[in-house]
Amino acid sequence: MSKKKAMTGAEAAATAMKQINPDVVAAYPITPQTPVVMKFSEFVNDGEVDTEMIRVESEHSAMSACVGASAAGARAMTATASAGLALMWEVVGVASGSRLPIVMNVVNRALSAPINIHCDHSDSMGARDLSWIQLYSEDAQEAYENTILAVKLAEHPEVQLPAMVSQDGFITSHGVQNVTVYSTDKIKKFLGERKPIKALLDVDDPVTMGPLQLQDYYFETKKQQDNAMEKARQVYIDTGKELSKITGNDYGFVEAYNLDSAEYVIVTISSTAGTVKSVIDKMDNPKIGLLKIRMFRPFPYEEVARLLEDKKAVAILDRSESFGADAPIYGEVKNALYNAKSHPKLQSYIFGLGGRDIYEKDIENVFESLLKEDIEDKKRYIGVRE
Amino acid sequence: MIEIRIHGRGGQGAKTAANFLAMAAMEKGKQIQSFPEYGPERAGAPMKAYTRISDKKIKTYAPVVSPDIVLVIDPTFIGNINVTEGIKQDGIMIVNSRETPDKVKEKTGFSGEVHTVDASGIAISATGLNKPNVPMLGALIKITDLIPVESIEKLVRKKFTEKIGEEKTQATVEAINRAYKEVN
Repeated sequence: MSKKKAMTGAEAAATAMKQINPDVVAAYPITPQTPVVMKFSEFVNDGEVDTEMIRVESEHSAMSACVGASAAGARAMTATASAGLALMWEVVGVASGSRLPIVMNVVNRALSAPINIHCDHSDSMGARDLSWIQLYSEDAQEAYENTILAVKLAEHPEVQLPAMVSQDGFITSHGVQNVTVYSTDKIKKFLGERKPIKALLDVDDPVTMGPLQLQDYYFETKKQQDNAMEKARQVYIDTGKELSKITGNDYGFVEAYNLDSAEYVIVTISSTAGTVKSVIDKMDNPKIGLLKIRMFRPFPYEEVARLLEDKKAVAILDRSESFGADAPIYGEVKNALYNAKSHPKLQSYIFGLGGRDIYEKDIENVFESLLKEDIEDKKRYIGVRE
Repeated sequence: MIEIRIHGRGGQGAKTAANFLAMAAMEKGKQIQSFPEYGPERAGAPMKAYTRISDKKIKTYAPVVSPDIVLVIDPTFIGNINVTEGIKQDGIMIVNSRETPDKVKEKTGFSGEVHTVDASGIAISATGLNKPNVPMLGALIKITDLIPVESIEKLVRKKFTEKIGEEKTQATVEAINRAYKEVN
C-alpha cells in the first residue's frame, strides 16, 4: 500500500533510506550536514532500521567509512552538501575508482567563498568528472524515487559505480510537499540484498582492493570505469522500467514537457524545471517547451540531440559556473548537438548562484527572448546587478 | 491555487503555522507546498513563511510574489514593515492585533479585506504562553474556509500531544477555536 504524506525533500530522501535499510550509513553529524541524515538518525534511534550508523569526525572520514563498508560487502550510504562534498573529494574518487556502489544524497548548495549556505549546483557539478552516476531531482517525490533507483543501478554487476542523488538545497530539502511513499515490502523486494562480485570479508575468495597501480594497470582501471559508465545507461532504463511497476512513473534520462510542438526550449535541471513547467502552463504557447535533464552522468547525448536538433532556439539554464568555460549543462548540450543533423541556436544562462531567487518572471523573460531569437555568443546572467 | 504569506519573527512559529496549514490541507486531499523564506535565521528578526494550496499538482518553485492571503503574527509589524507587498487587490489580510480592521487598514494603506484577532491575548489566557501562531490558523480558517477547523485540531493533537502533553495540547486546541470564533 502506498501512503500520501506531506514531507520535505530531505525527509523524502531519508524515507527512501529507511526503506532501503542500508547496512551502514556513515555521516558527519553537524553543519554542513543535511536534514537527510538528521531524519535518518531518528529512524536509527527509533529502531526502524537496523543500519549501523557511524558518526564520523569529518566528511572525508564519512566517505572513507563508506568505502570501507562497501568494500567489505555492505550496502553503504551517506549524504552531504556543499563544503562537505568538497572536503570528501579525495575519497569520492576512491569510491568510484574502487568500483564501490555507494549511494549519496547531495543537497545542492553553494561553495565558499564568500560563505553561503544556499542553493546552487556548484558542489555536485564540480564532482561531475569523478566517475559517479549523477541523478538530479525536481521535487521531493523524485528525490525519494531516485534514491531507491540509484541503489539498484549502482549495485548492478555491469555498473558497480557509486551514485549521487541531488536535490535543491532549501527549496526542495526544506520545503514541505506532497510525497507518495510506496510499500516498504515492494521496495525491499525491488532492491533485494546487495550481492557484491568481490568483497573483502569474503574469506573464501580473498581479494586485494585499492592497491598501487602505476604505469602498468592504472590506465586500464580508468578505461573500465568509463565502460561501466556507458553500460549504466541501459541499466538505468531497465531499472527504471522495473521501478515503474511499483510507482507508475517514468524514468527517462530526460523529461520532455510540451516539447513535441515546441520550437523554443529551455533546458535545465532540478526544481527550476518545475518552475519552467508552471510558466509554460501560464504562457499557453504551443511553441515553447522544456527539456529537463534527470541523469547528468552518464550524459544522455543521443536523447538530447534527438529532442533538440529540430528546434529553433534553446536556452540552457545552469545553476553553477564553469569559470572561463562553458557552464556544465550548456557545454554538454552543445556537445550533444555537434553530430546532430541540424542545430538550434543556443543561449547559455547562469542563474540562482548562492540561492538567488529565480522568479517566474525571469523564466518568462527567457522565453520572450527565445521567441525573438535574441541570442548572443556569451553567457547571460539572470538577475545579476552590473 | 491559493498562496499564503505569513509574517512573524524568528522563533514565533511562522514556519510551523505554514507547515501545519499545508499538512492539514494535504490530509484533505490537496496538493501543497510550504517553505520559509531562507534568509539568515535569527531569533526575533522579521521573517516570512509561505504555503501554497491547490487542487492540481503545484509545479512552481518560484517565491510567492502576489499572495492571496497575508497572515501577520506579530502585531508590531503593522505600520513598521511592509506586510502588504504584492498582495492581490482582492486579497485578504488577517492580523494578530487588538485593533479594529479599520485601524489596520489605515496604518497599512491596504484597502482590501482586513480582519483582526487578538491571538496573543487568546494564546496567553488559554496556554499561558504568547504563542499566537497556531491559534491564528483558527482565524484564517474561519475567514477563508480553506479547510475544516477540525483538520487543524486533529493535526495539533497528533503533533503536540507527545511533545507538550495532553493538557497543553487541549489548551492550544481551545485557543484555535477561540480565534476561530473571535476574529473580527
